[in-house]
Amino acid sequence: MERYYQPEIETAPREQITAWQSERLVKQVRHVWENVPAYRKKMEEKGLTPDDIKGVEDLHKLPFVTKADLRDNYPYGLLAAPLGDCVRIHSTSGTTGKRVVAFYTQHDVDLWEDCCARALTAAGATENDVCQVAYGYGLFTGGAGLHGGSHKVGSLTLPMSSGNTERQITFMRDLGATVLCCTPSYAAYLGETMKEMGLTPEQIPLKAGIFGAEAWSEEMRRDIESTMGIKAYDIYGLTELSGPGVAFECSAQSGMHINEDHFIAEIIDPDTGEVLPDGQQGELVFTSITKEAFPLLRYRTRDVCVLSHEKCSCGRTHVKMAKPRGRTDDMLIIRGVNVFPSQIETVLLGLGYGANYQIIVDRVNHTDTLDVRVEMTPEMFTDNMGEIARRQKQIVEGLRAMLGLTAKVTLVAPKSIVRSEGKAVRVIDNRRI
Amino acid sequence: MSVTQISVFLENRPGALLGLTRVLAEKGIDMRAFSLAETSEFGIARFIVDDIDATAAVLNAEGFIHSVTPVVAVAISNTPGGLNRALTALSEASVNVEYMYAFIGGRRESAYMIFRVADDARASEVLRAAGIQLAEQEEIVNL
Repeated sequence: MERYYQPEIETAPREQITAWQSERLVKQVRHVWENVPAYRKKMEEKGLTPDDIKGVEDLHKLPFVTKADLRDNYPYGLLAAPLGDCVRIHSTSGTTGKRVVAFYTQHDVDLWEDCCARALTAAGATENDVCQVAYGYGLFTGGAGLHGGSHKVGSLTLPMSSGNTERQITFMRDLGATVLCCTPSYAAYLGETMKEMGLTPEQIPLKAGIFGAEAWSEEMRRDIESTMGIKAYDIYGLTELSGPGVAFECSAQSGMHINEDHFIAEIIDPDTGEVLPDGQQGELVFTSITKEAFPLLRYRTRDVCVLSHEKCSCGRTHVKMAKPRGRTDDMLIIRGVNVFPSQIETVLLGLGYGANYQIIVDRVNHTDTLDVRVEMTPEMFTDNMGEIARRQKQIVEGLRAMLGLTAKVTLVAPKSIVRSEGKAVRVIDNRRI
Repeated sequence: MSVTQISVFLENRPGALLGLTRVLAEKGIDMRAFSLAETSEFGIARFIVDDIDATAAVLNAEGFIHSVTPVVAVAISNTPGGLNRALTALSEASVNVEYMYAFIGGRRESAYMIFRVADDARASEVLRAAGIQLAEQEEIVNL
């Protein structure tokens, strides 16, 4: 028997969903027009007023919002509610230049947690379950989102945060955790560790896992499921939109239901901006129609995927999105952390090296690896091996401080990094997902 | 007095060293001493040549990262204990040897040691005081 957290919403007929969307979109457009000068300006530039948006059929008329808009308006420029009404802030990986800060009213937090509760319920969580949240807590939305969702479901919540694998496993076993929430690569790592400890799937109390915040493959899902003896569910979200729970997998495990009562999804041609029909691959665009503090209209996620309105065996009626195939811009997600090549450049230039570098990302044993190849410069070179090793380590430390990730730094000969049209090819992503 | 050494950065991969020796051969550069230090990823080729300026020019032209550093060269009698005497003198004066390498000279009775130290003037002084014969650039070039 499929269980739903909010059955009347999750299985609502299409006409009802469309009616909600139209009503909320019209209201949201008026809300941002009245409260966010940046939105009003964008709409005015297109000759639009709130009166032009009468329902979802008019959505395509609205201008897009991009990550650049978020940066340009950092931190308060897109805030649509008085600060006094806001109760929470979350942020994308808090590193220089690329930070995105999202605001939440209590109402926003509430609806976000509802979305996470839907995901948890779809994965089988009930008030009788013990839910281990091993996403990072803090500015990152992963921990807070699933934590709140778990409370709503009524599960006993273990706020473990990420890391300290030994303690994770001890708590999991001692308290009989049945649902695990973390990034898929951390789940794989936990699974491998438990296997090394000689634990069989029968000895692991878990029955389900909700894994998101980074891309993962079907093969990885199968590995995690068999190692831990669980069903592994995908979850999708963006800090900009709230966090995890924008979309989630159901028992069918074939795509993620988008919470359409809160988010309108569109697929567009990333080059022309034209809306593409169902089933065609393109860039995913979201409009958050219920958020008060930080609503985004037609936000370009840069995630490339396909939508499907086909009937789902779970009974949910909300549209499903396939796993994103990749990003259209240069941001990488490595071990769940957003990494921009420009951040690596900042570290190298800060240490006095050139900007000739290459980032090679791969996935070994379900864990992302980050190799940074740096071209040797005359300034950096000395005939002393130990000194070069020390400088190399300095780069590793600098990257760790900037990204929170440990990278392997390799020094390479000058001009050895492939250049196309005079520019170095910065990123090679060898991950097969 | 010291001898001038050229050090070149090389990746640790097949053909990297060949790339260096090829350009030196093409320019008719004559190497007097040669040593290679390596990690799993990169190496440093260190050598002493007959024509420093021509070598530096060709390395620049071919895009090799290199440095020119003074090293101390010592002629050691090619008999047991020769190296030991030199190291004893340096050790007693607390002169740290960063690295060193040896080669056999044209005259069969002599071996040459190249020492890389932080302070080459001080090392030279210490070695000379211990009665150890230092080799000049010219001597090595003319071997």
